[in-house]
Amino acid sequence: MSDVVEKTLTALPSLLSLDSQPGSAKLSSNSKLGNLIRGITELTSKHEEEKLIQRELLLIKEQVSSPNTTMRQMKELMVRAIYCEMLGYGVSFSYIHAIKLAQQGNVLEKRVGYLAVSLFLNESHELLLLLVNTVLKDLQSTNLIEVCMALTVVSQMFPKDMIPAILPLVEEKLNHPKEIIRRKAVLALYKFYLIAPNQVQHIHNKFRKALCDKDPGVMSASLHIYLQLIQENPEGYKDLAPSFVTILKQVVGGKLPMDFNYHSVPAPWLQIHLLRILSFLGKNDQSTSEIMYEILDESLRRAEMNHNITYAILYECVKCIYTIHPKSDLLEKAAKCIGNFVLSPKINLKYLGLKALTYVVQQDPKLALQHQMTIIECLDHPDLIIKRETLELLFRITNDQNVTVIVEKMLDFLRISEDDHTTIDLVGKCFHSVETCYNRISQTVFLNFSLRVRFDSVEEDKKLRLFAVNSYISLLQGDASKLPQRFLQVICWVLGEYSHLRDDLEPDVIVRLLAKLLDMKTSSSETKCWVLMAMTKLCPGGAALALVHNVSETYSSSLDTMLRQRAQELEILSQDSELQAKVLPRSASMEPVEVDSSLSFLDGFVSEALAAGAAPYKPPHQRQEELSRSKALNLEPYGLSLPISMSSCSITDRQSPTLLSISSGLSGDSTDFSHKGSSTVLKLDGVKRLWGRDGYLAQKEPTEEAPRIEAASPVRSADQLGNNNSQTPTPTPTPECDQEKQQLASSLFVGLASQSSICLMGKSDQPSQRFRRKTKASGSSEQITNPLVFPSDGSDNLLYKNLLDSPDLDGSPPEQTPGLDAPNGACDAEEESTDADMKEIKTPPIRDEHVTAEASPHHDPDGSKDPSLTSHLPAELSALSHSKTTTLFSKQNLDVSACHVQKEDSVVLVVFISNCSDSFLQQIRLQVDSEELEVSCVSDSPSEELKSHSVAVCQYFLTVKRPSVHFDLSATVSWQPPAGSPLTTQFSYRLPLTAFIRALRLSTEEYGAKWLAFSHDTKQNLTLIQGGRDPLAATLDVLKRKLQLHVVEVIGVEAIVACCLQQDQPCLMHCRMHAGMLSVWLRSPVPDLPDCLLYCCQRALQEL
Amino acid sequence: MCRSTKYQDKLRFLLLFSRQGKLRLQKWFVPTSDRERKKVIRDMIMLVLPRQPRTCNFLQWKDLKIVYKRYASLYFCAGLEEQDNELLALEVLHRYVELLDKYFGNVCELDIIFNFEKAYFILDEFLMGGEVLETSKFAVNVSMEQADTLQEVTQHFHHSFILHSLTLCLSVPLCVF
Repeated sequence: MSDVVEKTLTALPSLLSLDSQPGSAKLSSNSKLGNLIRGITELTSKHEEEKLIQRELLLIKEQVSSPNTTMRQMKELMVRAIYCEMLGYGVSFSYIHAIKLAQQGNVLEKRVGYLAVSLFLNESHELLLLLVNTVLKDLQSTNLIEVCMALTVVSQMFPKDMIPAILPLVEEKLNHPKEIIRRKAVLALYKFYLIAPNQVQHIHNKFRKALCDKDPGVMSASLHIYLQLIQENPEGYKDLAPSFVTILKQVVGGKLPMDFNYHSVPAPWLQIHLLRILSFLGKNDQSTSEIMYEILDESLRRAEMNHNITYAILYECVKCIYTIHPKSDLLEKAAKCIGNFVLSPKINLKYLGLKALTYVVQQDPKLALQHQMTIIECLDHPDLIIKRETLELLFRITNDQNVTVIVEKMLDFLRISEDDHTTIDLVGKCFHSVETCYNRISQTVFLNFSLRVRFDSVEEDKKLRLFAVNSYISLLQGDASKLPQRFLQVICWVLGEYSHLRDDLEPDVIVRLLAKLLDMKTSSSETKCWVLMAMTKLCPGGAALALVHNVSETYSSSLDTMLRQRAQELEILSQDSELQAKVLPRSASMEPVEVDSSLSFLDGFVSEALAAGAAPYKPPHQRQEELSRSKALNLEPYGLSLPISMSSCSITDRQSPTLLSISSGLSGDSTDFSHKGSSTVLKLDGVKRLWGRDGYLAQKEPTEEAPRIEAASPVRSADQLGNNNSQTPTPTPTPECDQEKQQLASSLFVGLASQSSICLMGKSDQPSQRFRRKTKASGSSEQITNPLVFPSDGSDNLLYKNLLDSPDLDGSPPEQTPGLDAPNGACDAEEESTDADMKEIKTPPIRDEHVTAEASPHHDPDGSKDPSLTSHLPAELSALSHSKTTTLFSKQNLDVSACHVQKEDSVVLVVFISNCSDSFLQQIRLQVDSEELEVSCVSDSPSEELKSHSVAVCQYFLTVKRPSVHFDLSATVSWQPPAGSPLTTQFSYRLPLTAFIRALRLSTEEYGAKWLAFSHDTKQNLTLIQGGRDPLAATLDVLKRKLQLHVVEVIGVEAIVACCLQQDQPCLMHCRMHAGMLSVWLRSPVPDLPDCLLYCCQRALQEL
Repeated sequence: MCRSTKYQDKLRFLLLFSRQGKLRLQKWFVPTSDRERKKVIRDMIMLVLPRQPRTCNFLQWKDLKIVYKRYASLYFCAGLEEQDNELLALEVLHRYVELLDKYFGNVCELDIIFNFEKAYFILDEFLMGGEVLETSKFAVNVSMEQADTLQEVTQHFHHSFILHSLTLCLSVPLCVF
């Protein structure tokens, strides 16, 4: 037993001095709460509930204020008041009584009193002052429980001004002999530090003492304070770095008492605290960082158990490594670790991986390149949170080359996002990206952007527009001369439309800002037009009117017609506010303007002109064509290039010519054309050169010519891209889709490194593939507590099976009913199989069968068919041990159940498909797949029919491809009900590793020879089974029973054990009793097998 | 001075609610006004209940990250700051369930409904001001039991006691270890 446990246990008797008097009053009082709860449950409407609670509250109110109410009754009343408060009803009348209860009650009543206070009152509530005396009294109490309660409430809430009153008492408790009191005192001081840091300045050295406390709990509590202190002032605590490293070393090394373990991980919260502290200390400090490298490495290595908590630690570890002074091999390992996260099939891990990546790319943008395909997949992830996190990541790698694409992606997201906060946040990021990278931004983004801002503003609240206005005003207040013209135009438009939203800002301020733009030499006349239009919209009165007048006068004599026009408008409208309101109504700016793009209103004019002999209109491209034809050059490539580029348009599905600006090599060429963009200089130039005068040379150098054409043709280039990346880790269904992603990748990740995008992609292939393989092994086995996964059920509960046992309160959906059929956690295939009594009987080789329909002996429409299903087991299997039959789903009168049978050399999955309806089911198809298992079946039972109330049995041979803690099988069944369309359902089945483990019988000599030959190993300490005379034997016995391990020999405190995975993959285990633990060392020629097996052992021992 | 709570796994709040959207427990670790509380509770229930199974356990809500998890008929839902480690918060929830389970023995929603004050006591031992306090499962229970041995026999609700008005579902254990 550990120190801490012993301490607390010995403390117990002294704490039990108070006697309890179980009384009949308790029962009745309790049933009052029970009655209330029951009453509420029976009600049907919210209104009734309200009435009931109001009645109840009146009753409580009456009783609490009655002088005859005992404290015991008061306690019960308070519990009811808490309940009512939780339902959302005001119980302010009881606040004072809660304090009274805390003051006057005995220990138990006091506890409820304190609880009520902490739930009812806010930190700033004035009644809290009344609590000070009570706390003071309890802190001095000789009853430890009272002291504990006082400290608990203090660390939850305490009036800031009253801290000095109790501070000495709390400080004193730091020296208390009981660890729990010391721990709580430390946390109370932490609380004080948070709300009033100055008050605890003088006791900093006492914190040090707490840090050195012999009890890990107290030490761990003190880390809260240190984390805060170090975060604020890392310089002041550099001397502690070695101590923190030592502590972490001890924790990671398993030196803490066992009861600090959480799922076999030693004190994870403590570890994470230390990692965070270390990252603060090591930031920008090489010498401090150097002392932590070793332990960080160790942490990365140790945290290999597949449990969420180890991933949480890994995440912190990676963050720490990237925060402190860099060390290349650690960075490499951390990067690999991030790879595991990002590529994980588990969505939570993927999320965390993206988050880690977001953090890391700020240090090392190249890391994003390795995962570009995953990132792109995440962009299309159905879960919004993943999408959002991906955008966050992209935001961090924005540079002036990819900003266009990234902002577009953000805008895409904006359109589906419904949350105001997200919208504002993202728009802010868009603005930020655009502002910092405006140099190369192409015009389209700005136009798009402005339009979208407007689009959003229709639906979203004012804030968004205000944000735009504010950020633009601040831009204009700075040096605007460097902003691109297009951007200035957008600014003008936005300010003209929306600056009225800022009530605190007079329009003339904005007009002055805009006028500044007019005076700038760099402003083009087009921009000036926009400025004038904005001024027209603002149309101020007062001081700025003179300015406006001035401006319009200046420009009304301009040479530019447009400018002159605008100036005229400004002049007229600024003088006639009525007309201005009519022409430019404010509210209309939010409505989409209807444009008659066919210009039908001009029809009359056109026909008149034609009749008068005018030449018919020719569109620009026709004119150009005619013009070029007149030069008599061979222009065939025009015809060729245009359709191809159009087709690329359809592939990339983007209409802006923006990517041209970021074109580097192929990726740029492979982009698209808008109609405006078809005038692109780039393409036509290239073609002309090739087919123009040089075209005559083409015959001389045909070989050189061809690739150049290809390079100019987007489809070909995309092909090339695809070929170069045929190894990319993403299995995409269609080549187009792939290409699209590739293109997206090259445009997103351009400029992250010096190499050209193609090189980068080629380079990134190898590492990411490696990561991927690695993750599957670990990723697949991480959902450890979940014995079975049912897609049809409405829960992602890790601790699943109990849920399945439950019918629901308010009419569960039909998919949930199978749970009813499998009582007592029958779904836990793992447990069953491990406990199952294994018989080793030689059987004839299994014959894979088609679905064979046979009449069921029981015609049981209720579906309570579990017992009968076993009778359908094929004869050659029925003698072998099999897991309990599990209902996988039940829908539309079709029930599917499965179990697995353990043969000596393999495992057979048996699936029962039963038709519970009264009609035929046709075309039943079943397909079973697994990533880690080889699934073999003769065929997939084409179009079988199933008579009513009969059962079809399918068998699948399972062999392990790759060891894992669990093997997930995913299956699809489709069938044709008598009426209606075919149905398809997916389900999954999970097998534990133990199903494949068999005893390996060998001699000690053989064991010795094999031991040295095996290369993959792992070590860990396991819990011994206590109690018996010989804990080693007891532990081995359990392992033998549950995992089929073969104990080769036991010598003193050591034992050697052997087993194998499906006959040919041995794993050897060496056990040694040491310091109350069983330290085991596993070796195997198969990678991952030792880890997985170790986990099974742990599980087996924990399950006792 | 940077007084932000940036680098802490400090929870803002913890809510337990049922599949029917009934609040079972609420704990606010930072001062929150009544109105704000009601809004948060309403939003959480609306946000979390329709989530499909096997989607991410994390959500964004305003400037907070929401971490939720379903145990049988009960949802555990915590709000934390953006910078925090969501996976860790998920384990905090799990740990709390484990502690409840250890204390009540196969804890089910009914236990929490009828003994919610006990659930609060356990929470107070485990989380203080939103920070994980005790890494030792054993110690939490010991300090709970200290007080409990004083207490009259724990009200352990046998299902028959309530069955006539509440359906079975509430008595489903939240988890098994």
